[in-house]
Amino acid sequence: MKKIALLFIGFAFAFGSMAQEDHGTILDKKVASVQLKDMDGKSVNTADLGFDGPVIISFWATWCSPCKRELNTIQDVYPDWQDETGVELVAVSIDDEKTKNSVPMYVNGKGWDYLVLMDPNGDFKRAMGVNNVPHTFLLDAEGNIVYSHNNYAPGDEDELYEELLKLVAK
Amino acid sequence: MKKLALCTLLATISLAGFSQNQGGSLTGNVESTFQYLNQDSLIGANQPASKGLLNTYMNVFYTNRGFKAGMRVESYLPRIQGYPNRFDGTGIGMRYIGYANDFIDVTLGSFYEQFGSGMALRAYEDRALGYDNMLDGVRVILRPYKGVTFKGVYGLQRFSFQGGKIVHGDGIVRGLDGEVNLNTMFKALEGKKLDVTIGGSFVSKYQEDDNDAYVLPENTGVYGGRAKLRYGKFTLDGEYVVKGQDPSTDNGYIYNYGHAALVNFGYSQKGLGIVLSAKSVDNMSYRSDRTKELTDLFINYLPAMNKTHTYNLVSSIYPYATQPTGEIAYQAEVLYTIKRGSKLGGKYGTSINANFSTAYKPLQRTGNIDPADSTGVAYESRMFDQSDSLLWRDFNINIYRKFTKKFNARLSYFNINLNNDVAKVTGDASGIIQSHIGVVELGYKINKKHSLRLEVQGMFVNDDDQGNINDKGNWATVLLEYNVSPHWFFSIMDQYNYGNPVDALKLHYAYGSFGYIKDATRITIGYGRQREGLFCVGGVCRFVPASNGLTLSLTHSF
Repeated sequence: MKKIALLFIGFAFAFGSMAQEDHGTILDKKVASVQLKDMDGKSVNTADLGFDGPVIISFWATWCSPCKRELNTIQDVYPDWQDETGVELVAVSIDDEKTKNSVPMYVNGKGWDYLVLMDPNGDFKRAMGVNNVPHTFLLDAEGNIVYSHNNYAPGDEDELYEELLKLVAK
Repeated sequence: MKKLALCTLLATISLAGFSQNQGGSLTGNVESTFQYLNQDSLIGANQPASKGLLNTYMNVFYTNRGFKAGMRVESYLPRIQGYPNRFDGTGIGMRYIGYANDFIDVTLGSFYEQFGSGMALRAYEDRALGYDNMLDGVRVILRPYKGVTFKGVYGLQRFSFQGGKIVHGDGIVRGLDGEVNLNTMFKALEGKKLDVTIGGSFVSKYQEDDNDAYVLPENTGVYGGRAKLRYGKFTLDGEYVVKGQDPSTDNGYIYNYGHAALVNFGYSQKGLGIVLSAKSVDNMSYRSDRTKELTDLFINYLPAMNKTHTYNLVSSIYPYATQPTGEIAYQAEVLYTIKRGSKLGGKYGTSINANFSTAYKPLQRTGNIDPADSTGVAYESRMFDQSDSLLWRDFNINIYRKFTKKFNARLSYFNINLNNDVAKVTGDASGIIQSHIGVVELGYKINKKHSLRLEVQGMFVNDDDQGNINDKGNWATVLLEYNVSPHWFFSIMDQYNYGNPVDALKLHYAYGSFGYIKDATRITIGYGRQREGLFCVGGVCRFVPASNGLTLSLTHSF
């Protein structure tokens, strides 16, 4: 217990020291840097996706029905979103070796136009603090997390779209 | 020592904050689950002495210009139902510091890792299952040249969490892994239609021979290679690993070598996806403590070769867990989307998905084996040499169609055969349990924010050889979900065991829940009966006892 107390004090100090810095940059909420692979096996660093506009990161799995509902729904309006805001959607699959091979089958079978990354051991999921899927993040062009939402219910895509418009209007 | 390390770490964070005038990035999450349980003798649910149960954990991850540190504090006061019964107390369950740049990535402390498909080494967590076999020690990842990655790991595995402290397994685990993507490495191959990645791993464990009855190998290795080829729309990948002599409780202390082979073939184009897989496993249970069983202290991971189902009756009554001591398995799956606007496809298109998987026991040839000799080799086995003993067979198909902007439907059929003598899921049946399951799922969007979802599921279990009702007989489930985007959901579910051979056990398991979601925070409250059964993620299963009561859970990400 003592150890934990010490730790908390330490953290409080750490936070305190940061809070005293010049206004604004206290702690960034940036996208974590993890090496993942795309469906072809090419390495991609999540902090360096190379897009110049806003990015949506959506955690999903082939065994997660609400995740698939969300991404299939967005797929229908994705061309419009891209035209209006220049957004790119990155669908991060947390399928492990058991179901990972079904990912390209599902993605192509459904005709998704997203960049799909594989996170079979949950490294990126853990680094982004995702408890359960679906979990969707909206990033600005600098990689700052400006909005995130856990869960999916029909209509949630409208809120995401509004947040996206707000971000682009800035 | 630990205290000192942590203080140093925190001082570093503080200093980094001051000197660089940049705070770095902090992320994390918290999950808390509280249960208040009632006595319900009909379903065999017991009230724990403390009545209330509480599991909580919080992760905090900090990064700043390559420097990284993180930890998880866990708390079991006491643990919720179905969690490993040796988890108790509050304390640090995971912690690490490290540094990473484009060339090197060093982690000291706890880490998760996977080599290739995981058949040689996979350290991972699944908090929902209470599964956590992380390594505690050192990991170094080197990327000396583009397309080339080397990894080295050395550590002890997390076995348990007692009195608020991590308890490690007995054996030391060390491993090396290398992987090269040829097309990235060699400029001449860049952008070629054929894309090739090759890799290899070596893993070794050390555990003292403390058993008087046997002369046990103290160091046991697993080694193997893998390749992934892509040619246009085709992919082919495979891995083969061999294990040295590893007498253990799992294999009955035999001195056989083990093997595992995995091959996947895929073809996909817009609107069509096909995947075929095959797996051969013999004597591949590989743990850092040879005396452990169930899901404890696995160094490797053998993926079960079947679809992960999501409907309640399909996923939880007769699930299949991988058989590490031996199985030969095949799987095929197709997804086809009929074009939107076509006569068959309708306005929005129609998707058809079919899946087949099967697993058999391997053939163990004993013709050339002298059981009296001193080798301890119990049988001969060959790759993909299967016996006629069926372990599992699953055929399923589903059709999904969006009819209008507001209304969609999915029809599914599942035919599942499970050998309960080997892949045991119930004490009330013997031999192969055959079941047919039909599911109708309807979705209706009332308006922009309000929507309804209904699932009706029926499970029909074949009688056993003597003509008696097998296991608990037939089941039906109805689930109704009402969503108000983006904040609220309500759901009620009733599972009815109307086919139970015992009249008094023809029970309803009703469960209601509602939840509130705001951005990355989610609060859910549920109340009702929950059936006993296996809860599985990724072919790893945990037995969850029946319960009756209140469950309150909170998750938040930051």
